[in-house]
Amino acid sequence: MKRQVPLLITFTVGAVLILSTFFPPVETMGEDFSLYFDIIAVFAFFLGGGNLIRVNSDAIAKKKKGWGFSMVTMAGFFIMLAAGLLKLWNPGGIRGDVAGTGSMFQLLYDWIFNPLGATMYALLAFYVASASYRAFRAKNRDATILLVAAFIILLGRTPLGVYATSWIPESFSILQIPNLAIWIMSSPNLAGQRAIMIGIALGVVSMSLRLILGVERTYLGVDSE
Amino acid sequence: MSSIGLIISFFIIVAGLLWLLIQSIRGQEADRRVIFLFMAIAVSVPLLFNISFSEKATLIVEDVYRKIENLPAGSKILLSYDYGPSMSPEVEPMSNAFLRHALVKGHKVYIMCLWATGQSLAATAVDSVIKREFPEKVYGIDYVNLGYKAGGTGVLNVILTDFRKMYLADVVGTNLDSMPMFQGIKSLKDMDLLISIGGGYPGVKEWILFASAPGNIPLAGGCAAVSAPLLYPYYPRQMIGLLGGIKGAAEYESELKKNHPQRFANMPVPGIKMMGPQTMAHLVVLAFIVIGNISYFISKRKGQ
Repeated sequence: MKRQVPLLITFTVGAVLILSTFFPPVETMGEDFSLYFDIIAVFAFFLGGGNLIRVNSDAIAKKKKGWGFSMVTMAGFFIMLAAGLLKLWNPGGIRGDVAGTGSMFQLLYDWIFNPLGATMYALLAFYVASASYRAFRAKNRDATILLVAAFIILLGRTPLGVYATSWIPESFSILQIPNLAIWIMSSPNLAGQRAIMIGIALGVVSMSLRLILGVERTYLGVDSE
Repeated sequence: MSSIGLIISFFIIVAGLLWLLIQSIRGQEADRRVIFLFMAIAVSVPLLFNISFSEKATLIVEDVYRKIENLPAGSKILLSYDYGPSMSPEVEPMSNAFLRHALVKGHKVYIMCLWATGQSLAATAVDSVIKREFPEKVYGIDYVNLGYKAGGTGVLNVILTDFRKMYLADVVGTNLDSMPMFQGIKSLKDMDLLISIGGGYPGVKEWILFASAPGNIPLAGGCAAVSAPLLYPYYPRQMIGLLGGIKGAAEYESELKKNHPQRFANMPVPGIKMMGPQTMAHLVVLAFIVIGNISYFISKRKGQ
């Protein structure tokens, strides 16, 4: 029973969603199932929040390594949760937009969460620079091709690429670095990306069929049968 | 000031790189902290001295611009904020540029988010762009903020056929039917243009797969530079154009300023401004690649 019910739900939902694409009478059912999915997706927040509290409170209680970070995480979680749920300092009151101007939630978001998120992403530039120095080397033919392509793309994304090759006559404009960069993106890159996408799509179709037909059961915590 | 800054920054970076090159020729690898220092200088000097470069729109950006420019006034444009704070410095300039362009052309703007973090960023855009620069625009008539709904692609599946199954009210609880903007709007198919901004999941790709392609609705995208190569396969048939990273935003801003010189004379241009640090950073990375390879070949020869 524990296995049959989830398998039956998977089969029904999968079959209806496929049929709704091809048979107009089933279209409404497909929409309804998407709506059910959106309702279930909301519960993922409870699950995520609950899991965050469980993991971090355990780390704090047992004073595991880095428990101080768990304290900060928990404090941040509860402060943001209270600011959002109770709509503290919200000019529109409890009925106003959670992200209303001047609300505590929006202030915390603008002045703490936003700069922190941007800073984390910006650190990437430093690691890219370090990696480009240490790892991006012409060790063989493939690596050299990759290196040359990266060089052209990087230069093509800067105004220097335009200035450096603007002297090339219009009849040979393909040799101008920005045009070369566009060509790399829209020809070799395009071909490679499409090949990968088609491969992934075939894999998704095959995996979906395995799930719908109950061949793939690892999501139930058991091996395939 | 700008040219002095340019000379100083070039001098510091070139001198430092020459020193690194000499070190490499001697067979000494540069310390990681030295590399970090270079990057810090390359990024901060153009910001301090306000160094910027002129931009010319590439075809993929120009296609988006032309589409918004040529739509008749009053057309319906849906703008989806599908990103969070980590990506916002890179994509916020393009979402603001889209907003300005759509509003100046008299289009109606429908704002929504597939990312929970997008709602606050959309609220900021409403305050900093619409309310400040377009005070004459009326909420519910010229623009509306629908906010965030959980479900990602599930949301798209539903609103493709019926908006009201997912959104009964806007972000502040106003019934959609009470707003003039929603008269005659049943689903996404009633939109004239969809614009998704964001490089993660769900993002531009999901908008193409679940909304634009099945509904045959024109779609334009804006994304972080790292995501742009993944979206090229959809251009130009499933996606009319794409703004990739800061460069895409800078190109769009330059088009806006060029074609609407009076309206946008004092428009903030974060995209164009950020191209200075990005250009410098790219040049430093290129120099590192060259120096790293010189160092590699020298050590390889010594080893042989």
